[in-house]
Amino acid sequence: MTVTASPNPTPGAPLLAVDDLHVEFRPRGRTVHAVNGLSYELREGETLAILGESGSGKSVSAQAVLGLLDSPPAFITKGEVRFRGTNLLALPERRRRTYRGAKIAMIFQDALSALNPVHRVGDQVAEMLRVHRGLGRSAARERAVELLDRVRIPSAAARAGDYPHQFSGGMRQRVMIAMALALDPDVLIADEPTTALDVTVQAQIMRLLAELQDELSMGLILITHDLAVVADVADRIVVMYAGRAVEEAYVEDLYARPAHPYTEGLLASVPRVDRRSAALIPIPGSPPSLAAIPPGCPFHPRCPRARGRERCATEVPELRTVAERDEAARRSACHYAEEVLPDAVRTS
Amino acid sequence: MWRYAVRRVLQMVPVLLGTTLFIYVLVFALPGDPIRALAGEKPLPDSVYQALRDHYHLDDPLLVQYGRYVFGVLFRGDFGETFNGQSVGQLIADSWTVTAQLAATAWLFELVVGMSLGVWAGLSAARRGGRGGGTRRGGFADAAVLGGTTVAIAIPSFVLAYSAQLVFGLKLGWFPTAGTDAGWPMSYLLPGMVVAAAELGYVARLTRTSLVENMRADYVRTAVSKGLPRHRVVVRHTLRNSLIPVVTYLGTQIGYFMAGSIIVEGIFNLPGIGHEIWLALQIKEGPTIVGIVTFLVLVYLFANLVVDLLYGVLDPRIRYD
Amino acid sequence: MTETPAIRRERDEPSAAVPAAATAVAGGELGGGAAASLWRDAWGDLWRRPIFWLAMAIMLVMSLMAAFPGLFTSREANDRCDVQFAKRPPASWNPFSGADHPFGTDVHGCDYWAQVVHGTRAPIVIGFAVTALSLLIAVTLGSLSGHYGGWLDALISRITDVFFGLPLLLGALVVLTAFPAHGIGAVVLALGLFWWTSMTRLMRGQVIAVRDADYVQAARMLGAGDVRIMVRHILPNAIAPVFVFATLNVGVVIGSESTLDFLGVGLQYPSVSWGLQLREAQNIFVDYPYLLAYPAIFLTATVLSFLLLGDAVRDALDPRLR
Repeated sequence: MTVTASPNPTPGAPLLAVDDLHVEFRPRGRTVHAVNGLSYELREGETLAILGESGSGKSVSAQAVLGLLDSPPAFITKGEVRFRGTNLLALPERRRRTYRGAKIAMIFQDALSALNPVHRVGDQVAEMLRVHRGLGRSAARERAVELLDRVRIPSAAARAGDYPHQFSGGMRQRVMIAMALALDPDVLIADEPTTALDVTVQAQIMRLLAELQDELSMGLILITHDLAVVADVADRIVVMYAGRAVEEAYVEDLYARPAHPYTEGLLASVPRVDRRSAALIPIPGSPPSLAAIPPGCPFHPRCPRARGRERCATEVPELRTVAERDEAARRSACHYAEEVLPDAVRTS
Repeated sequence: MWRYAVRRVLQMVPVLLGTTLFIYVLVFALPGDPIRALAGEKPLPDSVYQALRDHYHLDDPLLVQYGRYVFGVLFRGDFGETFNGQSVGQLIADSWTVTAQLAATAWLFELVVGMSLGVWAGLSAARRGGRGGGTRRGGFADAAVLGGTTVAIAIPSFVLAYSAQLVFGLKLGWFPTAGTDAGWPMSYLLPGMVVAAAELGYVARLTRTSLVENMRADYVRTAVSKGLPRHRVVVRHTLRNSLIPVVTYLGTQIGYFMAGSIIVEGIFNLPGIGHEIWLALQIKEGPTIVGIVTFLVLVYLFANLVVDLLYGVLDPRIRYD
Repeated sequence: MTETPAIRRERDEPSAAVPAAATAVAGGELGGGAAASLWRDAWGDLWRRPIFWLAMAIMLVMSLMAAFPGLFTSREANDRCDVQFAKRPPASWNPFSGADHPFGTDVHGCDYWAQVVHGTRAPIVIGFAVTALSLLIAVTLGSLSGHYGGWLDALISRITDVFFGLPLLLGALVVLTAFPAHGIGAVVLALGLFWWTSMTRLMRGQVIAVRDADYVQAARMLGAGDVRIMVRHILPNAIAPVFVFATLNVGVVIGSESTLDFLGVGLQYPSVSWGLQLREAQNIFVDYPYLLAYPAIFLTATVLSFLLLGDAVRDALDPRLR
């Protein structure tokens, strides 16, 4: 992979590549390994879902991409984040700032706390245009209303003068989206955008995101703990566990034939319409403490397939290609992935 | 906003009545002879005694007495009379400008010095702790401000007043030691600093804590993710929010200045309202003390009301509840 | 916060077969044990702070002086005073020089060291008595107000507003001016009367928060009575923050007490207190600065120790620091 920025990227080259990312938190002398060698690629116009439980490092890695983590206590100890070939982590803060919002934008889980309570929403959207584009007050304001209208906020012109707490949860998230789209970013990172919302509103927001992504052909990274949320909109999924990617696959492949015992467990523990008769089976145990990740495969203490296998407890499995669909399409970090795959084929 | 304002004003009414009733009952309706208690150790001639009893209508039923008293206080500015027959209202009218100048000086110190120290320490703490770094101790600025303000808060204001008078007034001769001959601001600088000292510490700490708290708010992270320059993140998205509680606190300080002015005006011999209380305390002249304190409490309640309204203006979340 | 790394997770009991479903619970896991472990953590953090030990050392010395002045001086209060030897400055600024009067003598010719030592008791006793009295009022009124709500809550809240409307010093000044007695009891009453309001508001808020907690609802559904719920479930969980607030502000009460003494409405001669000593020194401090300095240093150190303790405890209790 080349590390030079090219104004005209070759088609098919990744828009955003995260390569061997390591993030540690060091609060008061302890070390917490939040992200441990995460790699993924996002292509133009693609929707990539990052799935994991809380504490799996999915949000931390997203914030690391944008440089939102505070250091201390967070330290990016290794790895690269390349946007169109430019390693963002190596840029000085001044230049890195020009990527935030303009090239890569982010929306957060709780729009109420993510929006500044003392500024009008119109001003918060307009601020992007004033700072990055140098627009005047009224021009920025006008454009902000257009953006609010585009995310389907009713009577946007009037509501631009309201404060965040005067909006409903779904409408607030729309404001966040309008703000994120203000500068036509190439990548939008949505960190659990619907978790705080009602189910019906969730669906509306996901549909809006999908439509906007289609319209603007941006790359969309969708971070979630909920398989059901991403099933319809994502192209590919990266499953994270204890700060690592344990499986990477196209959505339909992952659903049909998981290639990692953790994914297998996740699928067995949520109700699914296509397997109505099957009983729900929870994954035993709880996710490991990131301050003391088990040696070997981090999932082995909870893995039904690791019983009596010494290799699982001693050797860290690499994320490797286990089946081909196209390049890097199907990867799993299990020593016995091949054993998992046919199993899944049999049951489905 | 208007509904909020009206509600706040209406909420004031029972507090106002309750506070004045409380003072009234305490002073005039407790068992024992209120006139003798107010007079303290000073023996009263019989004529003065009977005049005072008549003046306060002590033989009427309690509620009638209170009604007359509160009416006098609220609508006629009648806060009673001193032993030598001067109206306390007139006393206040003659002396309030001095107190106002002192309070303004002290308030300016708190505002400018307190907030600056707080912002300095807060940014230092935030730089060390990162946006999500918590209230951990920061760099030198943070440690210096925290240590200095702790000591400033701990020293009783009258000790500070005498020390300042001794060192900066007598020994160094930088400021006049007493009186208002040098006019504003010179005569008010040293007393103003003394009144402000402890509260300045609270203001600095509140600013610092509020700033550090806000630094880890989600909306500050949003501001960073928007690609805003650091100064804009700090000024528009952190300071603006952090200063709301500080401004509110500064407003409620008016009440503190009232109490502080008794000591400082007394020690620096500034002829203000506090000085009148100070003098009355020396000769244990009860009616004067009670009358002026009632006035100060009203000012304090009114200041609180203004602060509440100001809070509604500053924080849009408040006024729509 | 979207997601904090599971830093605290190691303390959670790893129970067997927790259904770690795909829909993982985001964020806070505040069960019944969390509060207890917060205090345990805070203690673990506290005892490593030098500031905490400095504050405790000052408090210990002051408490010993208040309780057993005989350990520090062989004289009683106002004992063996001789006006002939009044206002003798200390022979040396080093109080351990072994001179007869290490702090000199006061205006009555009393040994100033003995007077300052005996002056400790009144402010300390008043500080803690006012705190205890206010706590009692606050816990009672706050619990009633928060637990029963309705008209009782409205009534108590309005009364609290009224007393909150009177600043501590001004209020105590009026009360003591009108009050016939000026002993320790009177000063405690006057200060206590205005000191309970913030604590009551805090207590009310705590009780409301705990009252609606799931485990209290569960106890209610199991048929536990009002008193039992209050005593067993609400009080123990609601009282801690109020108690901490009260303890850390003892210094403010002590400072206010001294101010009242200084203004002449608090304790009166022949009582002995730092405030009274400072009052006596006020007109002659230019010529006899030590009369001002010694009680001021003791008073400041005491107030400072509570402030330092407050800082240390607040830092230790802030879980975001971990």
